[in-house]
Amino acid sequence: MTLDLPVVFAALMGVAVLAYVVLDGYDLGVGMLMPGATAAEQDVMVASIGPFWDANETWLVLGVGLLLVAFPKANAVVLAALYLPVTAMLVGLMLRGVAFELRAKAEGWHAELWNWLFWAGSFLASFAQGYMLGHYITGFEKGFGYFLFSLVTGAALCGGYVLLGATWLIGRTEGELQAKALGWARWGLAWVALGVALVSAATPLVSETVRLRWFDYPRTLALLVLPLGCAAAWLWIWRATGRLQRRESRREWAPFAGAVVIFVVSFAGLAYSLFPYLVIDRITIWDAASHPSALKIMLIGALLVLPFLVGYTVFAYRVFRGKAKAGLYDH
Amino acid sequence: MDETLLLARAQFGLNIAFHILFPSLTIALGWFLLYFRVRYERTREAAWLDTYRLWTKVFALSFAMGVVSGIVMSFQFGTNWPGFMNRVGNIAGPLLAYEVLTAFFLEATFLGVMLFGMNRVPGWLHILSSAMVAIGTTLSAFWILALVSWMHTPAGQVTVDGHLIAGDWLEVLFNPSFPVRFAHMLLASGLTAAFVIAGLSAWRLLKAPADAGALRTLRAGTLVAAVLAPLQIVVGDLHGLNTLEHQPAKIAAIEAIWRTERGAPLLLFALPNEAERRNDFAVGIPGGASLVLRHDANAELQGLDAFEPDRPPVAPLFFAFRAMVGIGVGMLALSWFGAWRLRRGAAAPRWLLWIYSGFTFSGWIAVLTGWLVTEVGRQPWLVTGILRTADAAGPASGAELGASLTGYLLTYSLMLLAYMVTITHLARRGTEA
Repeated sequence: MTLDLPVVFAALMGVAVLAYVVLDGYDLGVGMLMPGATAAEQDVMVASIGPFWDANETWLVLGVGLLLVAFPKANAVVLAALYLPVTAMLVGLMLRGVAFELRAKAEGWHAELWNWLFWAGSFLASFAQGYMLGHYITGFEKGFGYFLFSLVTGAALCGGYVLLGATWLIGRTEGELQAKALGWARWGLAWVALGVALVSAATPLVSETVRLRWFDYPRTLALLVLPLGCAAAWLWIWRATGRLQRRESRREWAPFAGAVVIFVVSFAGLAYSLFPYLVIDRITIWDAASHPSALKIMLIGALLVLPFLVGYTVFAYRVFRGKAKAGLYDH
Repeated sequence: MDETLLLARAQFGLNIAFHILFPSLTIALGWFLLYFRVRYERTREAAWLDTYRLWTKVFALSFAMGVVSGIVMSFQFGTNWPGFMNRVGNIAGPLLAYEVLTAFFLEATFLGVMLFGMNRVPGWLHILSSAMVAIGTTLSAFWILALVSWMHTPAGQVTVDGHLIAGDWLEVLFNPSFPVRFAHMLLASGLTAAFVIAGLSAWRLLKAPADAGALRTLRAGTLVAAVLAPLQIVVGDLHGLNTLEHQPAKIAAIEAIWRTERGAPLLLFALPNEAERRNDFAVGIPGGASLVLRHDANAELQGLDAFEPDRPPVAPLFFAFRAMVGIGVGMLALSWFGAWRLRRGAAAPRWLLWIYSGFTFSGWIAVLTGWLVTEVGRQPWLVTGILRTADAAGPASGAELGASLTGYLLTYSLMLLAYMVTITHLARRGTEA
């Protein structure tokens, strides 16, 4: 049996992008929620993501790195089409990355400035990512309607990240901040419902390829698993947050698990809509793939390294399990 | 050269120059931290812990700057140089992939444990995490230096059905210029970190002359620099000889030798004149360049005329090289004098502390001018003999490049200003905070 290397790498890239969206999603979400918290609460929020955000962003490097090295021809087209939103995202990520470090070290109005930049950078990066998603699934078509669609996906992804961030905080914090996070999570849920519904309805309208994929009886019946799964996860979070608010349950990680399910299901739907295209209707994974010799050597490396990567990532999350406390280096 | 290519190069050059500042500090600073941490574990002196904590803050901030500017790089390979991956992606791709897989995750994940986990894991595990961070940064340098050396002196590649692929990965990795370039970069990082530590400690001592911890780190930085500076001069010379063998046009530009000649002079100063292909106001040591490069004052050196038109511009190489060497000599002088003056725990006079403070970021200038020499010196090639820079540029329009260049410039200026203000401020407060 010969291995279809481009398919393997498409799967690896999918895993990297999904891992990035979920992992950096929660810390970007926490960043966007900063204005709703008091100064003391903000320190706890930042401490809750402190040990993780560097590694979380590394998944973005892996995702775009795989696109670059495994599918260079698609990389050139995709990044050229997304040039300006990519720049906006990178500026956002840079601002929040340094703001993260500097807000704790600066004093007076400087600290305020970095706090604000932390929020603004998180928001800019999240929105730009959502905008890129919209532009990407419509095959980079130009026009006012498409632009509007991308703005909606931008806002929807922000809502999704807020949901991830809020449910993360439910698990990592306690007391008043946790109560606030429960409220934020429900607010995020409303956004997500609106966003997912709009994007799901609009995508088949703007793309014929996607429409044919989904509305093809009887396949449509099997595909119903995805929207139903998404709806079930949504209801589960709604119920779990409600029970936590009424103190009927202590399962503080249930909402986060539900939010992850929503992202996984949405991602699966997206992957189904696009596969095997890297640029819809134009470039497939086989058109864009690197030479098999290069793919092979990278696959060997990935298979050797991934168990260690998973191992020490689990180790890091175990070290920092439990509730976050403010104070940057001395707890 | 058309305007779009110039903008693409300017933008990438800006980014890579901004990025390299932080790895060049953190690669070696990680090992300094490991040393401080181990000393604390051994002695249980609170002063070592305070020192470790202070420099960990500097490291964390520098590392974050490196991470975020590095993310930008991973995108700009594709946005600015799509032709690069199209032509040599089968070789460059795996090297970059191995860097991400083996180094980035290692350092980023263990950094979390190192920064926030001191009271959550046993001492040995915390030391191990600090070691993993140091290993990760060095490993990252290994892969990226292998790639950039391959771009200078390609080896191990074969062409199959029109695709350029690796025939022998060991030859690709250990291409002719890799060992000496890697050593040169690691030493440069060691010197950069040593002078940042010594310079910021001196800055602290100017405010608090009795701070024993700052005096200790001033001495540590000085001693490391005193050992590394002469080593760097030897390795730098080997690097130059290696370049003469594999990229003679770069050497001709560095030394501003326009025509092949015997007994070429070592120019101390000149204004290279590209239009007339000669040097104005030249002051040199007769036969010096031949002596340094061929170890014979009468030896023949190839001039730029032997390589026309595929040769790099002269003036930037000529001046940047002299700036780098000048800083290197200054580092040697200061570290040796400092080591002598600070021997047996002697306090430093204020004028010496001011000189140290002035040298705080000298490593950065040497690193930037050194990389400028090496990268501009490869032009017009992106990969020597295989791919021209002009053929690798992307389709981004001048307007897009201009807009993003402006955005990056503003962001970087803000970040660099904030970074320098913050770490000098941190140092000024010392271990009190």
